[in-house]
Amino acid sequence: MYEKILSHIETNSRINVAELAVQLGMDEAGVMNALEEMEAKHIICGYHTLIDWDKAGIEKVTAMIEVRVTPQRDMGFDKVAMHIYNYPEVQSVYLISGGFDFMVTLEGKTLREVAEFVSRKLSTLDSVLSTKTNFILKKYKDHGTIMAEVPKGERMKMTL
Amino acid sequence: MRNPLSERIETIKPSGIRKFFDIVNEMDDAISLGVGEPDFDTPWTIRDEAIYSLEQGRTFYTSNTGLLSLRKEISGYLKRRFDLSYDPEKEMIVTVGGSEAIDIALRAMLDPGDEVLIPEPSYVSYVPCTILANGVPVPIPLKEENEFRLTPEELKEKITDKTKILVLPFPNNPTGAVMEKKDLEKIADIVKEHDLFVLTDEIYAELTYLEKHVSIASLPGMKERTVYINGFSKAYAMTGWRLGYACAPEVILKQMLKIHQFAIMCAPTMSQYAAVEAVKNCDDEVKKMRDEYDKRRRYLLDRFKKMNLKCFEPFGAFYIFPSIAEFGMTSDEFATRFLQEKKVAVVPGNAFGESGEGFIRISYAYSLENLREAIDRLEEFITECRKG
Repeated sequence: MYEKILSHIETNSRINVAELAVQLGMDEAGVMNALEEMEAKHIICGYHTLIDWDKAGIEKVTAMIEVRVTPQRDMGFDKVAMHIYNYPEVQSVYLISGGFDFMVTLEGKTLREVAEFVSRKLSTLDSVLSTKTNFILKKYKDHGTIMAEVPKGERMKMTL
Repeated sequence: MRNPLSERIETIKPSGIRKFFDIVNEMDDAISLGVGEPDFDTPWTIRDEAIYSLEQGRTFYTSNTGLLSLRKEISGYLKRRFDLSYDPEKEMIVTVGGSEAIDIALRAMLDPGDEVLIPEPSYVSYVPCTILANGVPVPIPLKEENEFRLTPEELKEKITDKTKILVLPFPNNPTGAVMEKKDLEKIADIVKEHDLFVLTDEIYAELTYLEKHVSIASLPGMKERTVYINGFSKAYAMTGWRLGYACAPEVILKQMLKIHQFAIMCAPTMSQYAAVEAVKNCDDEVKKMRDEYDKRRRYLLDRFKKMNLKCFEPFGAFYIFPSIAEFGMTSDEFATRFLQEKKVAVVPGNAFGESGEGFIRISYAYSLENLREAIDRLEEFITECRKG
């Protein structure tokens, strides 16, 4: 039941519970309870809006920063991660396998703002060995949604 | 000048629905619920295979029966999904859509005067294809009270000495009706008893919302008297690719192949390469689409229930077939007024046979937002009609 609900709301978070229940063939109270349970258990961690800021005419700069660190005694990577994710301008922090340790996404108003965060806050942390900042130039697809303009074929209006 | 036309072609009446279609197509601002094809794009991996096949220069004819690699995949798919066993080398032909398969099967099997039983409402090609094949179409009007399933009594009543073929169009366009195993078993007994053949058009087999679809060809003693038709249009959202297939006992298939060979040569080559990817790797994509249709189906049923619009629960295809008998209008009048007053296009039920009179076909191959807007307008319309 969780899976059915989750796979629906993953891409449609504006839920009308009654309607969702109808569409999934479940009863409304059941769906409501399941949602509350999943929120309490932090299976559902939030309901966000996917925004194309470019189209809104609002300038934003997003960077994906590769970070190499020294793990801390007893705390491994977690303590370093905590240091990084507590900065509000940091959008996501992932521990990564491969050539570096963390992938940090950061959103700022300008290039300078992002650069300053990296040089002043991130690079100066004791455990950070090196950083490599990649700026995003264009978002083609985000959260499973295609942001680029896609040509769409047209169906006829009536066919038997 | 002599009449350039054959007598036979003149007995086929032009479809009355054309006029209505023309009006709809001219109204730019109309919302349509009238389409008989999926709203999804063909899954990308399938399109990608077609592109690759073109890059590789695979632009030649294939064998008349279709690519052997495709037939082998189809054979495996039919076994996996519907427990059907067909020899890809002797019992299968790849056709230009399910439509061609219907045509060549009827032409291969009928002699002048042979009768073909056609349950109605159903897709519009069985009657003309029967006439073109010299056969005599005999409609079996199905009833809403039976959820538009074919009952043994209805079948028996229409069987004569001349009856040769029973067409089984399930899951059904336009009603969304299905035939479950228990329904098919009774039909199969009668078919065997009267030594009939079945042409089963299972183009919507992947789109059922009850239990897994059962084919009449999988019932004991039925494979040898069944022509099984399926295709890629509905399940994989590949209508424009024009690709279907027929499976039948070798003795029938050989003759169908003759017609196909002389009239068609082979189905489009790039479509065939793309279809290999579809049957091999796209079960998940099909499931995603099916789940989406099912949500819309439940949504529509719920809306109809709330507005007291009489409608049986359809378990197949992507159509729903509510009754509009209470409004004292014919299906044509209802569809025309609904289009003019609320700018929503639906197909009058009688376009699919006389027994469709009193119903409209609503397709849910549309996004939920689209359906919501259209059904809001339907609600307004019927509220106004009820007030008089």
